[in-house]
Amino acid sequence: MPITRDEVAHLARLSRIALSDAELDHLAPQLDQIITAVAQVQEVAAEGIPPTSHATGLTNVYRDDEPGPCLTPAEALDQAPAVEQQRFKVPRILGED
Amino acid sequence: MTAAELAAALERKEVSATEVTRAHLDRIAAVDDRVHAFLHVAADSALEQAAAVDAKRHNGEPLSPLAGVPVAVKDVFATKGLPTTCGSRILEGWHPPYDATITTRLKQAGAIILGKTNMDEFAMGSSTENSAYGTSRNPWDLDKIPGGSSGGSSAAVAAYEAPLAIGTDTGGSIRQPAAVCGIVGTKPTYGGSSRYGVVAFASSLDTPGPFGRTVLDAALLHEAMSGHDPCDSTSIDAPVPPVVAAAREADVSGMRIGVVTELSGEGYQPGVMARFAESVELLESLGAKVTEVSCPHFRYALPAYYLIAPSECSSNLARFDAMRYGLRVGDDGTRDAEEVMALTREQGFGAEVKRRIILGAYALSSGYYDAYYGKAQQVRTLIIRDFDAAFGQVDVLVSPSTPTTAFRIGERADDPMAMYLADLCTIPSDLAGNAAISVPCGLADEDGLPVGLQVMAPAMADDRLYRVAAAAEAALTGRWGRPLLAEAKGLPGEGDRA
Repeated sequence: MPITRDEVAHLARLSRIALSDAELDHLAPQLDQIITAVAQVQEVAAEGIPPTSHATGLTNVYRDDEPGPCLTPAEALDQAPAVEQQRFKVPRILGED
Repeated sequence: MTAAELAAALERKEVSATEVTRAHLDRIAAVDDRVHAFLHVAADSALEQAAAVDAKRHNGEPLSPLAGVPVAVKDVFATKGLPTTCGSRILEGWHPPYDATITTRLKQAGAIILGKTNMDEFAMGSSTENSAYGTSRNPWDLDKIPGGSSGGSSAAVAAYEAPLAIGTDTGGSIRQPAAVCGIVGTKPTYGGSSRYGVVAFASSLDTPGPFGRTVLDAALLHEAMSGHDPCDSTSIDAPVPPVVAAAREADVSGMRIGVVTELSGEGYQPGVMARFAESVELLESLGAKVTEVSCPHFRYALPAYYLIAPSECSSNLARFDAMRYGLRVGDDGTRDAEEVMALTREQGFGAEVKRRIILGAYALSSGYYDAYYGKAQQVRTLIIRDFDAAFGQVDVLVSPSTPTTAFRIGERADDPMAMYLADLCTIPSDLAGNAAISVPCGLADEDGLPVGLQVMAPAMADDRLYRVAAAAEAALTGRWGRPLLAEAKGLPGEGDRA
């Protein structure tokens, strides 16, 4: 078994997804099946073959650094779940102590 | 009417953009409760756009070829003033503050945006069953899937709710829905069409492209939406290949066509292979030189894709953090940001998106990276080399677009590996970043459902796709005596078609 239920739970925590136990029971065997299938790539003799991350071969593309129109603060905050004093309002990010 | 015919009638002032738009809105009102192609119908803004085009035409101002022609837009493209959900609860009610480059280009061309079409959540799926807002239906048989992820777009065009639509193709999400709905769909060369304002799934693969009921229609939209965009750093700074001219020429005499050996065999429906073989013979009879070409690494394309795409998605979808836009769950003052994030993502994402995020996190984690993601990237190189070798011998490659015709809704919904096989033929071109099209080539004998012929061409040789597809379309339509879509029986009311 390439992936265990505990590993799936760990990866879900790292991915910030609060999976329920029922979902874990359902997802873990499916992921195990998928990983077993995709592991076929390991059969390929690829010694010395460079990896491709991207097909165009373009690197470090920059456009000219010219000021242009951008969103106003009101537009930028318009879709925020919570706003305070022209800022995104978020839940606390540090522990109590 | 085709989009090209509509454009001509508009130009001759036989019909106004307002009339054309109303006719399509009426068609949507009449059939979309059954097809469910649209998540949002933008009737008011569409009629405003149409009135503006009519005013310009009345004043004799110069207009682009598609001015006044309606188009349906996959809900992955940012549209200012219209909702953009990506088929996900996490973006329910989100109104983007800006337009995607392609949205802007469609508006500038005077195309009328009818609304936003349904899709598998974040473009992950082959059936629209992964949409948080219900499944779209195949106009050939309402119990069958319309393909995915751009299944709302393919269903809308096949149901005559829109003459044209745009979608995105990451592993086949334009060509597979086009094939199973009996219409034309193109994945342009990666970088040939802008990704700016397209909600990202797998950035090295995502490619916007057109749907149409004819090859020429797809070419007209392809030309209007494509071209260099400084806002997309992977956009190719080169002229758009002459796709419209190629679709009009439709001449394959002397072209070298390679049949890919590896895209056939076990798992391929006999009726699909029969129509494919006939199409190849037909192209040969039109003067093409047909040979068989082997691409030995294509059998590893599917596993490589299901490592690369989830890896990129696990990174891209980290942006849905409940902080700046979109859904926020559980922010009651007792929970910290991480807890709110995890609860929001739990409730906001569907099962397939969670599967892929976790799969990607696994493939990228230290200890597994070299064995999975790294290896998949090397396989990607080998697939590109297979294509390079093949295109040294032939001008285009052909295969079926999908191994089977449309399957029944629910049949593969909870079997991810079975669902993934729908993209078996389309994935190689995504990994290589080259261009490919699906064009209808007949109905399978077993089920009477449409079969797609896939044509693949080297990067930035998109015009070859249209040359071959248009030649096949002309010859096949001549043989059938009428367009294939005339055989679609899923919806009544031939007469009320726009």
